[in-house]
Amino acid sequence: MNVNRVAESLLALSQQEELVDLPKNCPLSENEDEGDSDRERKHQKLLEAISSLDGKNRRKLAERSEASLKVSEFNVSSEGSGEKLVLADLLEPVKTTSSLATVKKQLNRVKSKKVVELPLNKEKIEQIHREVAFGKTSQVLSKWDPIVLKNQQAEQLAFPLGKEQPAIAPIEHALSGWKARTPLEQEIFNLLHKNKQPVTDPLLTPMEKASLRAMSLEEAKMHRAELQRARALQSYYEAKARREKKIKSKKYHKVVKKGKARKASKELEQLQKVNPTVALEELEKFENARMMERMSLKHQNSGKWAKSKAIMAKYDLEARQAMQEQLAKNKELTQKLQVASEIEEEEGGTEEVEELLVPHVVNEVQMNVDGPNPWMLRSCTSDTREAATQEDPEQLPEPATHEVSESEGERPVAEEEISLRDFEERRSLRKRSELNQDAEPAGIQETKDSSSQEVLSELRALSQKLKENHQSRKQKASSEGTVPQVQREEPAPEEEVPLLLQRPERVQTLEELEELGKEDCFQNKELPRPVLEGQQSERTPNNRPDAPKEKKEKEQLIDVQNFLTTQSPSVRSLAVPTTIEELEDEEERDQRQMIKEAFAGDDVIRNFLKEKREAVEASTPKDVDLTLPGWGEWGGVGLKPSTKKRRQFLKAPEGPPRKDKNLPNVIISEKRNIHAAAHQVQVLPYPFTHHRQFERTIQTPVGSTWNTQRAFQKLTTPKVITKPGHIIKPIKAEDVGYRSSSRSDLSVIQWNPKQITTRHSKELKKNSVG
Amino acid sequence: MKVKMLSRNPDNYVRETKLDLQRVPRNYDPTLHPFEVPREYVRALNATKLERVFAKPFLASLDGHRDGVNCLAKHPKNLATILSGACDGEVRIWNLTQRNCIRTIQAHEGFVRGICTRFCGTSFFTVGDDKTVKQWKMDGPGYGEEEEPLHTILGKTVYTGIDHHWKEAVFATCGQQVDIWDEQRTNPICSMTWGFDSISSVKFNPVETFLLGSCASDRNIVLYDMRQATPLKKVILDMRTNTICWNPMEAFIFTAANEDYNLYTFDMRALDTPVMVHMDHVSAVLDVDYSPTGKEFVSASFDKSIRIFPVDKSRSREVYHTKRMQHVICVKWTSDSKYIMCGSDEMNIRLWKANASEKLGVLTSREKAAKDYNQKLKEKFQHYPHIKRIARHRHLPKSIYSQIQEQRIMKEARRRKEVNRIKHSKPGSVPIVSEKKKHIVAVVK
Repeated sequence: MNVNRVAESLLALSQQEELVDLPKNCPLSENEDEGDSDRERKHQKLLEAISSLDGKNRRKLAERSEASLKVSEFNVSSEGSGEKLVLADLLEPVKTTSSLATVKKQLNRVKSKKVVELPLNKEKIEQIHREVAFGKTSQVLSKWDPIVLKNQQAEQLAFPLGKEQPAIAPIEHALSGWKARTPLEQEIFNLLHKNKQPVTDPLLTPMEKASLRAMSLEEAKMHRAELQRARALQSYYEAKARREKKIKSKKYHKVVKKGKARKASKELEQLQKVNPTVALEELEKFENARMMERMSLKHQNSGKWAKSKAIMAKYDLEARQAMQEQLAKNKELTQKLQVASEIEEEEGGTEEVEELLVPHVVNEVQMNVDGPNPWMLRSCTSDTREAATQEDPEQLPEPATHEVSESEGERPVAEEEISLRDFEERRSLRKRSELNQDAEPAGIQETKDSSSQEVLSELRALSQKLKENHQSRKQKASSEGTVPQVQREEPAPEEEVPLLLQRPERVQTLEELEELGKEDCFQNKELPRPVLEGQQSERTPNNRPDAPKEKKEKEQLIDVQNFLTTQSPSVRSLAVPTTIEELEDEEERDQRQMIKEAFAGDDVIRNFLKEKREAVEASTPKDVDLTLPGWGEWGGVGLKPSTKKRRQFLKAPEGPPRKDKNLPNVIISEKRNIHAAAHQVQVLPYPFTHHRQFERTIQTPVGSTWNTQRAFQKLTTPKVITKPGHIIKPIKAEDVGYRSSSRSDLSVIQWNPKQITTRHSKELKKNSVG
Repeated sequence: MKVKMLSRNPDNYVRETKLDLQRVPRNYDPTLHPFEVPREYVRALNATKLERVFAKPFLASLDGHRDGVNCLAKHPKNLATILSGACDGEVRIWNLTQRNCIRTIQAHEGFVRGICTRFCGTSFFTVGDDKTVKQWKMDGPGYGEEEEPLHTILGKTVYTGIDHHWKEAVFATCGQQVDIWDEQRTNPICSMTWGFDSISSVKFNPVETFLLGSCASDRNIVLYDMRQATPLKKVILDMRTNTICWNPMEAFIFTAANEDYNLYTFDMRALDTPVMVHMDHVSAVLDVDYSPTGKEFVSASFDKSIRIFPVDKSRSREVYHTKRMQHVICVKWTSDSKYIMCGSDEMNIRLWKANASEKLGVLTSREKAAKDYNQKLKEKFQHYPHIKRIARHRHLPKSIYSQIQEQRIMKEARRRKEVNRIKHSKPGSVPIVSEKKKHIVAVVK
């Protein structure tokens, strides 16, 4: 208190002085002050200069202004300066004197050592302990996170968790003590041992085991993959062979056979050169085939067909020829084989003979890629095929019987390939055309040549489907080359159009969307048909004149509500045109005029009425045809339920009258059924994010009435299954595949009673720093 | 000429025995079944109604104690055996199948504060008000032998709770501090304290068995690590926690039964916010026990009822009460997850079904299928108002009902006040505290 008072009085005094000084000349007094301080500084400097004149630095004596506790002999004091004592300060005076070497050493040693920090207080240490321990524990616990999550999301949990499978020991282990005693048993065992048959484990012999071990997993895998591939290839070829076998064209088979025969003969020749013994065997096969032919009655003019031909032969030249051909064939087949080249003369033989004739090698060769694989062929000679397709099949040169000679070897092969491809092509084409016009009788097609046929069929299809511009038809007719492609593309745009309504404007509001439906039907009337892709460009300009109109409508729609809310009386007047119009005064009329001008061209009222009409129509229940065919009368294909019956079951239950029946200016929506609402879910339940999801779950039935037994069981599996009478133990690390810690919880305590391990202390330090 | 005939394999339509069901050919084409949803709805409605009709959870009452039942314990190996300790120091062992008491021991003077069985099921431990820990054999004494404990440990202070380690011969007691004992020694091998208030219960974690949780009367829950012999963390709640129980399937989850009528489920790694606050009781919650499946737990309350909560729901799915049942002090869920036992003030132990309408005994496969189907239907249509109304309906004694109303009004008033305060103060100056965080005072590291 005293001190405060003194200070206050002093302050007051000084203020007074200032007050006195101020009126005189304040700048002067300030100058004086500055001068004083300057003088002092100069004095100081002078003193310093004098002291430095001495040459070496004189030790300054610190003035002791107040009593200090520590009085050092070296005049070093940390008092007053507020700084800590630094070791360097101590060393400095020591440096000069050489007698203090030991002290210097000691001091240096002290300098090198670090200062031990103050120990933390007990509470703090405990807290750090706890924090570290907690960190560790939560780390340990977090390994359970995935398991907990998995269990929470699991479709089904079956408790008890750890399935303790009853350990069924194999019988051999159980009977390990058992020994063969009777002589018979011993004999059997001896035999088994001799052959290294498994005695205990009856599955594999040691040999088998060894062999199993020999093949590594990868090898086995590769082996398996190879086998799989081979099997797949085989199945492909089988399928292909089956397909080829189904082809009815005789010509095709002839060609194929000839090719095979040629190849076979070639190979036979090669074989003769390379391996005459094998060639001989092959020849023997041919001989066998010949013998079979001789034995059989085939080609002997004794079959049903031959007899009928024999009857006809008198009158028909062709029949006679056929008979002769058959006989000739018989001769060929029964002729003794001298040269391989003669084989190929045979024609139209039955397949059995054919297969016998052609050696097996041929088949294998054909399986290979360089056989008549359509993929390979197409890729290498695509241009020739193009040419082939243009040709008329009837005008194709008949595959003449070629004598195989080395010089001509290449050409005939190519020709055959061409003809083969041609067959395939034509078959595919025919199929396509058949698909295109189901109604057409197939017989007609076959009579005409294919190209003209195609065009015709297309035209017919076009006329059926699109009853419009002949331009495109002309295009079609002219572009024969690209016919198939166009034909394929054609149905696509037709289907797409109703799905995609292409317009220049963007639909943004709900009203616009509603308008869309109406516009759609208008457009359809105006433009009778959405057209082909080629005409797309023509169509779009057609659309354009509509655009301004639509814009107008848009404007209307925007203003409908405003207008209605503000001007309800006018609505009524317009709706009932001859009423109170005369009674309105000028102002109102003016206003109306203004509004009319503002929305010139809008037909809001009519729009509204239309909307209402639509709403009413939409709400009236539609007739439902509930007739069941076959009840009370005959039913079946082509029979229709009688009109009488239909009338009986055509029902449109009448609903209650609309609430807005007598309110011309109002539409009251009656979509919400209050009776049903009590049974409906009002708020979307929690896990669902969209009402459609929820609806879908509700709409999929669970019961066995609508599901198969398997599905029913699957759908109704409970989330948690417990076994009655079984104790469910807490989850264990072993249950979920974790390794449980081997060390006991107890042991740690006993060995380590509250001791800080080195690691612990490190962590502790880290914590204390952080 | 080939004559085509209709031929049928009798295997397809003739049943082998009379007991088999008639095979009904069905066409599953959905167009033929236009009313599947309404039909299933009706089925669901009927299933829900039947569930309520058959909801008769009370099975048996075991009487014999001459004072309130203070603690219960399950036998770890035998489903039919339970142990109970009463407030007069009597311990009884019951056989549930026969529903009778098979053994009676006068274990302590004063309350039996805690009882727990050894993991192997050969012996059990009791602590009482007489400052002793006693170990007893599970089997009764032979003819002519006296009923005597295997070991008795005389402590310095009163022990208020006991729990046995799940794998090793270690048990923990609580009182002034948490002591961990080796069964073979008379001194605790480790004792851990944090704070000075008495600890009311201690529980071992059944999954990570070195973890312990305890709750003290100074409103906090403390977690301990037995291996590192140190407490881990402490969370202080609004009011005192009576017991905690660890989830047997989720190592880090435990639920605390609190005096403020609520239960709090915590993830022990993040104690500052409970995972879920379970509220439905109208008085202090005295005990809690998890279902062995870890999906649900049961809580016993001073309001004379027990409730079953799903772990992930804040409201109970079931409430059990009878006219004669007084304050329920202890509750246990049997280890086959089918039954619930509760011991109450009026000296009885009651046995309940965990699923009120469940049919007991062996079910035929058809019954099982029907049960599953009904369950699925109930689940599917649970959000429909009529079904929901029926499924949720529970009868409550008037006292509980009126208290619920009262508390609802109180809560609403509090909420209104809070909202008003927020409304009339500077935006942001009054923090909006979520219901979960509201009850947590602090977390002490």
